[in-house]
Amino acid sequence: MDVFNAIIQTLDSTIRLSVPLLLACLAGLYSERAGIFDIGLEGKMLVGAFAGAAAASVFHSAFLGLGMAILISVAFAMIHGFASITHRGNQIVSGVAINFIAAGSTIILGQAWFQQGGRTPALQPGERFEAITLPGAEAIRDVPVIGPIYAELLSGHSILVYLAFLMVPFTWWVLFRTRFGLRLRAVGENPAAVDTAGISVAWLRYRALICTGILTGIAGAYLSMVQNGGFVKDMTAGKGYIALAALIFAKWKPVNAMFACLLFGFLDAASIRLQGSPLPIIGKVPAQFMQALPYILTVILLAGFIGKAIPPRAGGVPYVKER
Amino acid sequence: MAQAAIELIGINKSFGAVRANRDINLEIGRGTIHGIVGENGAGKSTLMSILYGFYQADSGEIRVGGQPASIKTPNDAIALGIGMVHQHFMLVDNFTVLENVILGAESDALLKKSIAKARSELERLEREYGLEVDPDAVIEELPVGLQQRVEILKALYRGAEILILDEPTGVLTPAEADHLFRILGQLKDQGKTVVLITHKLREIMAITDTVSVMRQGTMVATRETRKTTVEELAELMVGRRVLLRVEKGEAEAGAVKLAVKNLTVRDTRGVTMVDDISFDIRAGEIVGIAGVAGNGQSELLEAISGIRRAVSGSVMLDGKPIDLTGAADPGELRDRGLAHVPEDRHHVGLVLAFEENENSILGYHDDPRYLKGPFLNIDAIRNDARDKIAKYDIRPADCRLKTANFSGGNQQKIVLAREMEQDPGVLIVGQPTRGVDVGAIEFIHKRLIAMRDQGKAVLVVSVELDEIRSLSDRILVMFAGRIVGERGPEATEGELGLLMAGIEHQEAAE
Repeated sequence: MDVFNAIIQTLDSTIRLSVPLLLACLAGLYSERAGIFDIGLEGKMLVGAFAGAAAASVFHSAFLGLGMAILISVAFAMIHGFASITHRGNQIVSGVAINFIAAGSTIILGQAWFQQGGRTPALQPGERFEAITLPGAEAIRDVPVIGPIYAELLSGHSILVYLAFLMVPFTWWVLFRTRFGLRLRAVGENPAAVDTAGISVAWLRYRALICTGILTGIAGAYLSMVQNGGFVKDMTAGKGYIALAALIFAKWKPVNAMFACLLFGFLDAASIRLQGSPLPIIGKVPAQFMQALPYILTVILLAGFIGKAIPPRAGGVPYVKER
Repeated sequence: MAQAAIELIGINKSFGAVRANRDINLEIGRGTIHGIVGENGAGKSTLMSILYGFYQADSGEIRVGGQPASIKTPNDAIALGIGMVHQHFMLVDNFTVLENVILGAESDALLKKSIAKARSELERLEREYGLEVDPDAVIEELPVGLQQRVEILKALYRGAEILILDEPTGVLTPAEADHLFRILGQLKDQGKTVVLITHKLREIMAITDTVSVMRQGTMVATRETRKTTVEELAELMVGRRVLLRVEKGEAEAGAVKLAVKNLTVRDTRGVTMVDDISFDIRAGEIVGIAGVAGNGQSELLEAISGIRRAVSGSVMLDGKPIDLTGAADPGELRDRGLAHVPEDRHHVGLVLAFEENENSILGYHDDPRYLKGPFLNIDAIRNDARDKIAKYDIRPADCRLKTANFSGGNQQKIVLAREMEQDPGVLIVGQPTRGVDVGAIEFIHKRLIAMRDQGKAVLVVSVELDEIRSLSDRILVMFAGRIVGERGPEATEGELGLLMAGIEHQEAAE
């Protein structure tokens, strides 16, 4: 039973660890499908995490925190839009700038407001999103196999976890079943076609970036208000970049994105679990190697095991109408 | 004249210092096909883009159906019943036909209903105008002729009464173009107004009721088509008399310069594009290869000029073989006197970001004439470029200008000057006048014939049948990777057209 429990626990942490990746990956999906490369997912998550924890701590409300996280993250997405849509700037440069601003400003503001070395105060109960116990979880906990799967794996997560996974079918539906989705995909492929069809390219791309901002905001709030009890500097730790890798790995498709993020989450969870414990045959593996494993695997997977990933054709190119 | 569908009064539009449209007045009759001709850069496309709300006129008035209209966006134009088929199709390549048709004109926030409605509407339009196309086909899998039909369907689906087509036949085969003209005829019969922008005068004569000529941003004349001639229109376009068919004497063919034997070439996907082809080119003759684009001409050119490996066969230059298996070095071929003017000057022939003088020696930059020790001899290069500019009448005459800022015709002249001035024994030219104005076409044709008369062997590949017939001493027709016929320059267009379509070839095979 120990092995079974170990598997359940690893999968449980897989889910927890993949949620921020998934939210950021779907965020990137909206903007990249609309033709805007967004390397600033990392930065938007970070400001979301900071704003969420700070607001929750000050106003003593988890939901106010989440709202603030989304608001600030969307504001940063709009900065990216202003630079890259309105002023047709280089999208990579703008994204990198946003990451720098986010990393610096969260530390400075955190220190100025809370004087805790760039941290926000530890969140109290009610200021965090608590775990939700699904109906009947306790009742069937002792049923073999199904019990632990339901009670441990599926139940007992915060609302943001369920929201993240609900976003997968929702994003698919928006993208492939609605007018907005059709236009969004079109503007990422051939903005001139959208323009001549009488639709504003800029407004459409701004709306895509609003979706991106909302999702990175939730991702940030999850990091500081669910996974952690407050904001810690640079707490995104490259998750925005891993999310971008997952997005390419998923070939810009929502359901693929979920599996890609679960895979990266699993590698992360496995590396934590296996740290220090000897493996059969290989023996003890250095912790550093296990920590590096997700990144190594990312490189290998992206380098050749996924076939040709064709990005949206207008990606990264500002739309210029006048000649 | 019928009641005016569109009136343009005093339209002006500038892009920076360039006055693209000056004081344009134009009246387009309802239910007619109205042609607008002019050289590249004459302002035709700009004028139509203003009408479609893509650009804003700096001044002037537009009236649609007699009413003053304010067209600020394509949406305004669509609402007024104006539809446009752009030169570069405005389609999303990985969307289906239906998705492209409804884009921007969705009847519902959810796609299911919009698509269902569009499907039945498309069926009606297909029946009415003979515009058959599979509504569920993905655009990138359709041939260009069908893609264009989707563009027309898009406009009609939006209720267009006035249809503007910008250079619609540039990408079409002769048969596809004929089909397009039949469709336009049907549209006219149903009372629609068609505006046809083109620089091909034969199309204007064949299909339009009225024709307007633009030159350097101004509207120089409007004529009833049946009361004008190709010669008059060409003269109005260029502003001087133009020879549409260059005079040339009999060829005096000499020794074989280039001998191609049993050449087979595959493209990057592994599909056999050139299939066991053999032919010779002699000194002092122009051999033209006719064919619909995509029948192996490009691969043939690339193999001969050393850019692409051949699978089998041989090519002899002056009696000595070219190494085809190891991808011959194009530089070595240049040294041996084989010059190549590539089909795609933007990607293969020129570096657009370079100055004109840099492009004018590209590929010959290790010639001692352009070197001073290990360094480039900038003065020699620029003087050389100035000579070529003068000799080939390249405009503007500025060898320091970025190549991207030259017009298509002048860019082509830069490539031609570079290759011809090396005095090669064999000249291979792909699409010598693609995207080139009438005036420059005449010049380029004259230079090619001059090369021939100097005793050079010239191979011309072109999809323009007129050009092939006007230049060639012998015409080879390619279809599906094979040479399906050889004709003299007196061959009729119909005869060559049948060969190009593979008709005779198929009959012979059966």
